[in-house]
Amino acid sequence: MALLESPRTRRRALRAATLTLGCLPAVWLVHAAFTDGLGANPVEKITHETGAWAIRFLMGSLLVTPLRRLTGWRNLTLERRTLGLFAFFYACLHFSTYLGLDLGFELGSLGEDISERPYITVGFATFLILGALAATSTRAAARRLGRRWKPLHRLVYLAGIGAVVHFLWLVKADTREPLIYAAILASLLGIRLWWRFQARRRSPQRSPDRVAG
Amino acid sequence: MLIRRGHEPRENDVTPEAVYLRRREFLTTSVSAGLGAAAFGSAFLTGCGPGEASAGSQATLPTKLLPTVPGPPALATDEERTRYEDATRYNNFYEFGTDKTDPARYAGSLRPEPWSVVVEGEVAKPGRVPLEDLLKPHPLQERIYRLRCVEAWSMVIPWVGIPLGDVIARMQPTSRAKYVAFETLLDPDQMPGQRRRVLDWPYREGLRIDEAMHPLAILVVGMYGKVLPNQNGAPLRLMVPWKYGFKSIKSIVKIRLQEDQPATSWNISASREYGFYANVNPEVDHPRWSQARERRIGDLRKRPTLMFNGYADQVASLYSGMDLRKQF
Ligand code: HEM
Repeated sequence: MALLESPRTRRRALRAATLTLGCLPAVWLVHAAFTDGLGANPVEKITHETGAWAIRFLMGSLLVTPLRRLTGWRNLTLERRTLGLFAFFYACLHFSTYLGLDLGFELGSLGEDISERPYITVGFATFLILGALAATSTRAAARRLGRRWKPLHRLVYLAGIGAVVHFLWLVKADTREPLIYAAILASLLGIRLWWRFQARRRSPQRSPDRVAG
Repeated sequence: MLIRRGHEPRENDVTPEAVYLRRREFLTTSVSAGLGAAAFGSAFLTGCGPGEASAGSQATLPTKLLPTVPGPPALATDEERTRYEDATRYNNFYEFGTDKTDPARYAGSLRPEPWSVVVEGEVAKPGRVPLEDLLKPHPLQERIYRLRCVEAWSMVIPWVGIPLGDVIARMQPTSRAKYVAFETLLDPDQMPGQRRRVLDWPYREGLRIDEAMHPLAILVVGMYGKVLPNQNGAPLRLMVPWKYGFKSIKSIVKIRLQEDQPATSWNISASREYGFYANVNPEVDHPRWSQARERRIGDLRKRPTLMFNGYADQVASLYSGMDLRKQF
């Protein structure tokens, strides 16, 4: 592991790993598309795979902060943004497949679906959130937004919930897979709540009246 | 000529299937297990890795040819038939798993021979009938039908079967026989998907007696000129082409004639979404998606869905006076 000794190379290796990981599903999809590997209903397959990878990268980005806190590995922070952007990238592919190949680019049908089909409503709202977060993910945007950046980016929790609800509402009978994501999301949000609760409990002991008493 | 006969299996029907299957298995396995595990282990967690329903095994496709006579030309479609590979690898058969590729992968554990069907209820001659005896009096017909799934995809499949009405007539229904209820095999050893209660097993379906007696309704024992593959509902399934695919129950072990409307599996599972009639109707949407259009397997874009799946001329009169929005 001599190669990974310097912090700089370690950072770079991590960078490369995340980027590779993020591109692999897309590369595989393209490969499968050209080798008859998408089965009898390629459009459905692409919709499912891109949706699945969007939610996986979203969960991945939500995993970064807890992981950083547990490992103390601060380099991870940069990867959070990359994972989030990959979630948005796959959501874009997901949405375009739907809009282009399911709806034939008929915006009227899209409007109808968004207003009438709850799982699409939630999916679309989630997509908009991811878009807003992606658009404000640059350092320049963060500087411009200043103190408002953080509350804005807390919307990622809502996106996580939206993605899980979207998945839960679209399955016909087999809820196992969306429930697994629900459990992952619950742990990722739960651990944050727990830490917050812990921090609150600790802080009163340092408060002046406690000291005085 | 509306009916195309003579099914020399096309080249790709026979040999490369094994090769193709292996390649597919490699792809799906390596992708969902490999990539997925690398990324947050979710593929493993979500159960799309291999070995999921490991009790089942891949079914070998039947090669036995069935002698058939052509069905009534008026009932056939001359649309392009779905590729055999697609019709046998993209199936909804939850008894083998909920993914569309699960039935092809796991239906090998089904033993379609020997098979018998219990006939009971409002009939003169109840009893257990070996499948051969059930079929014997009827010459096998070829019927090329459109198949429309409730999930908005469709196929065109040349079935081999016999009119359901003829079979029911031989059972001599009593005057109280108003409905026909069907049941699929219940055996988690043969059908590993039944180990999870995704639906209330055994799978159940039903028809009104006049629907069952309609000449379009058939009992199927083969497709593409060959014996029915396990994943398509071997050895005996129903095909009612003007209804959504889930009505056409597979691997039937019981046929019961009765006075009351039978409970049906998807209706039990979600009654707001799946009605008893389940007639293909582009104007009545599923609560969660539109039924106006469908994707014919093999096409990229969708096409309009036809009323009663294009069989309105034949079956619409069965439903005259009914509000198809309420009786969906
Ligand atoms: C932009 C609006 C969106 C639309 C119109 C949309 C539409 C769809 C459709 C049509 C399906 C397939 C449903 C089926 O086959 O029954 C689907 C599945 C899915 N979508 Fe979306 N979606 C949207 C946004 C999102 C977003 C933002 C995420 C995640 C971050 C997401 C995650 C998923 C997942 C996980 C699945 C299921 C995949 C599977 O079955 O493995 N979707 N979506």
